[in-house]
Amino acid sequence: MIKFFLMVNKQGQTRLSKYYEHVDINKRTLLETEVIKSCLSRSNEQCSFIEYKDFKLIYRQYAALFIVVGVNDTENEMAIYEFIHNFVEVLDEYFSRVVNNV
Amino acid sequence: MLYQDLQSTNLVEVCMALTVVSQIFPREMIPAVLPLIEDKLQHSKEIIRRKAVLALYKFHLIAPNQVQHIHIKFRKALCDRDVGVMAASLHIYLRMIKENSSGYKDLTGSFVTILKQVVGGKLPVDFNYHSVPAPWLQIQLLRILGLLGKDDQRTSELMYDVLDESLRRAELNHNVTYAILFECVHTVYSIYPKSELLEKAAKCIGKFVLSPKINLKYLGLKALTYVIQQDPTLALQHQMTIIECLDHPDPIIKRETLELLYRITNAQNVTVIVQKMLEYLHQSKEEYVIVNLVGKIAELAEKYAPDNAWFIQTMNAVFSVGGDVMHPDIPNNFLRLLAEGFDDETEDQQLRLYAVQSYLTLLDMENVFYPQRFLQVMSWVLGEYSYLLDKETPAEVIAKLYKLLMNDSVSSETKTWLIAAVTKLTPQAHSSDTVERLIHEFTISLDTCMRQHAFELKHLHENVELMKSLLPVDRSCEDLAVDASLSFLDGFVAEGLSQGAAPYKPHHQRQEEKLSQEKVLNFEPYGLSFSSSGFTGRQSPAGISLGSDISGNSAETGLKETNSLKLEGIKKLWGKEGYLPKKESKTGDESGALPIPQESIMENVDQAITKKDQSQVLTQSKEEKEKQLLASSLFVGLGSESTVNLLGKADTVSHKFRRKSKVKEAKSGETTSTHNMTCSSFSSLSNVAYEDDYYLNTLHDRGDKELKTFSLNSELLDSESLTELPLVEKFSNCSLSTPSLFADNSMEIFHPPQSTAASVAKESSLASPFLEETTEYIHSNAMEICNNETISVSSYKIWKDDCLLMVWSVTNKSGLELKSANLEIFPVENFKVTEQPGCCLPVTEAESTRSFQYSVQIEKPFTEEILSGFISYHMMDTHSAQLEFSVNLSLLDFIRPLKISSEDFGKLWLSFANDVKQNVKMSESQAALPSALKTLQQKLRLHIIEIIGNEGLLACQLLPSIPCLLHCRVYADVLALWFRSSCSTLPDYLLYQCQKVMEGS
Repeated sequence: MIKFFLMVNKQGQTRLSKYYEHVDINKRTLLETEVIKSCLSRSNEQCSFIEYKDFKLIYRQYAALFIVVGVNDTENEMAIYEFIHNFVEVLDEYFSRVVNNV
Repeated sequence: MLYQDLQSTNLVEVCMALTVVSQIFPREMIPAVLPLIEDKLQHSKEIIRRKAVLALYKFHLIAPNQVQHIHIKFRKALCDRDVGVMAASLHIYLRMIKENSSGYKDLTGSFVTILKQVVGGKLPVDFNYHSVPAPWLQIQLLRILGLLGKDDQRTSELMYDVLDESLRRAELNHNVTYAILFECVHTVYSIYPKSELLEKAAKCIGKFVLSPKINLKYLGLKALTYVIQQDPTLALQHQMTIIECLDHPDPIIKRETLELLYRITNAQNVTVIVQKMLEYLHQSKEEYVIVNLVGKIAELAEKYAPDNAWFIQTMNAVFSVGGDVMHPDIPNNFLRLLAEGFDDETEDQQLRLYAVQSYLTLLDMENVFYPQRFLQVMSWVLGEYSYLLDKETPAEVIAKLYKLLMNDSVSSETKTWLIAAVTKLTPQAHSSDTVERLIHEFTISLDTCMRQHAFELKHLHENVELMKSLLPVDRSCEDLAVDASLSFLDGFVAEGLSQGAAPYKPHHQRQEEKLSQEKVLNFEPYGLSFSSSGFTGRQSPAGISLGSDISGNSAETGLKETNSLKLEGIKKLWGKEGYLPKKESKTGDESGALPIPQESIMENVDQAITKKDQSQVLTQSKEEKEKQLLASSLFVGLGSESTVNLLGKADTVSHKFRRKSKVKEAKSGETTSTHNMTCSSFSSLSNVAYEDDYYLNTLHDRGDKELKTFSLNSELLDSESLTELPLVEKFSNCSLSTPSLFADNSMEIFHPPQSTAASVAKESSLASPFLEETTEYIHSNAMEICNNETISVSSYKIWKDDCLLMVWSVTNKSGLELKSANLEIFPVENFKVTEQPGCCLPVTEAESTRSFQYSVQIEKPFTEEILSGFISYHMMDTHSAQLEFSVNLSLLDFIRPLKISSEDFGKLWLSFANDVKQNVKMSESQAALPSALKTLQQKLRLHIIEIIGNEGLLACQLLPSIPCLLHCRVYADVLALWFRSSCSTLPDYLLYQCQKVMEGS
């Protein structure tokens, strides 16, 4: 089950966020900074899945943009990983050079 | 607004409204829009249908009770022409099957066919992602199949083919195919095992684990972790990879590997694995990781500890690192283990002695800070078991505790632990200045709790003999007999009375007197206000409480609590076992790192090495050798032989053998014992049924319809004796899906299986004599629930006024004498099942019937539950056997009419806080209120109190005594139902039953 969907740039600014479970507004900022911090600290050789508290983060980097999805323990990580790519491909169909413009 | 949009003819508006509904919608408003959204399920546009399904999914998530009555419509959505609608309905099914897989077994065939078509590329190309057909849909279906096939051979058999195909098709080298493969492997290992599939799945895991891609490696480890519980030998195949992952630079991979190792830990490899875990623990900073890992280490240490020293050292590490964040159960369990000990007394003493010694050395170290929890554990152990020491006197131990007491970094809670330890040690120390100093210092402490303890110690210290009898050595486990009546004070009371003291009055008596006094003094105006505040408004605490202790209603219990003793804020310090470890977590001081027991672990590794001396030490680099040594110590005890095989090939042979034998075992187990969860089972018969099943499917494929099925069924009915009737019914249920062709995109349609078919066979023809009691109460027909060649068991329900009586009657069909028979019911959380007297039967002669009676009480409301159990019996020729059965219980079995007057209804109505309202459409046959109420009375056992115009009042109670009131009102063809009860969940459940009844009739 997907808990939230984030698009964050390398500077740590949130460009888009969608929560599927209620999170307090003031807690969201904290969560987002922590999430992006743990994503930025990972290198290319490390895997794209992070265990964070009691859920998992799956992230993908496109140029300067990070897309991070938070899921619960029962989710199939690879399916989500590809789902992110599918999402970006769809965006790309509608808007040109999507990643650079965000 | 939303309401308008939902009714709009404009497609876009409806779409938007549905989207809004599924995103943000309050639970209370669901009944208002539900009928509209239900209508949208029949909309001509597929996008509307899809969005309606998703909105209903959302409703199901937030209020499952309210959408229960539309489950049939979900089936229609599952068979929708449009793939999108079908895919949307899978979300709901996944959810519902997760909650109750047994209710949806009949859909297995449909899911399998859908998956077959998806895998076979029958979907429109739009659904492809990188030329893989609908990958996420496949994953969803695989998950559903995994849940359905779990522990169910018959259902699992239906899906073997399609799983095999999925494994084969997903060969494309793309990430998303790996995702599908991973899910496939998961499913294969979840369902009833089939050796060929397991082999293929194992190969897949190998591919994952060996992949250079880090993400795949992670998936592989995750799959291994899941699989390894069923087949530990797989770990041996991949041991070198696992070792590499253990030292992987990526902490996430390491973590996953540790999780894997945790699952394969046994007594032989525990030291090495725990060592690795502790290493990881020291590196990690995240609190969540620490809590999790510390719990696991403590569990492993308790389970598999090889010796005392190691155990205590490991627990020391756990306490000092886990500190105050770990779960309070860990120190509690540890202390209980120490106190209760094992069977061997000397062993226990050694363990305790070792603990005391190690704590003393730890306390000797200067400038080390320990977490509060650790200090508490230490102080308890030192207080209880310091007497085991030879060298150090109790006085010295007290001195050490005193030093800690004076330390500012120690919290006041820990200080009370410390002072309790000192108190325990004082009688053993002959004379101690420290104690006096301590008393002196803490009797003037600002902390009341500390002062209290200090004074207790002071007074006890003055009378050493009393103290010794009060605080005996090593009695922490003995039960204390508490004289609750305080009889030892009788003399004191008698003396007081003789001197003219007033006798003691209990609290309520005093209060009554106070009230009556008030009444005497009462003048007119007060009297008025008093009586008016008595019964109006549901907020008045004096409201009628109708024995609703069990109701679970928070408001009610809250009110109750004000009258009883408040125990919340009070620490429970003393219990059966003496001083209780506390559960509160304290905001922590810094935790001082502790040296890990390096030496002991190295020793153990050495031992492991010497053990494995004969294993193949090939000419390899030094590093390789080290890894192999580590591997051999890690995977000890997993292989079939004691030596660990490092060569993959030889290994696969042995493991293949193992797995096959496992399956065989399971199968033979199936045939020898007449052991089947649901109904009757003859191994030979089930084979026949299986073939027939297959035959049926082929029939369907040719396009033939139910007609043939029925004829086949009836043939079977004729040819076989009565005993396998339930079986016939069962397989006709699960194989009745009849595919036909899709109109537009050449996809097949699935008819939802019609579960009503062939249920004619349900009634048992074995006329079992009813109990005498049955004549007095209403009862259900006897129904055969299980049988075999010797006995047959049928059951019926008797709806008594105060409980539900379940009667199982066992008929002995064989000519032999039945020596003994026992019936046992598996415990279920919602019920309390109590045996009624006269239910064990010593000897049952041939061809006779005996009955077991059980009274069933409900503990928590529910809609439908399964009560299962087994009959074990013993025949004359000494072979004993077991027969399992299960019976469905519905909420209605526990509903009884509540006969009250209209006035009482009014009063109760105001006192209940939980209500649910819903409008139900009435069918023409029951358009008038009286007929509708009659249906409710007959089907739900509600009591009709009064009918006033177009309104009706009804009442019922859920056994033992939870009342529920219903107010009905009719306008046009709509019946407005309004439930109120003292129980928060009961109205929801009753509403569901009402809807079923109203729609059904």
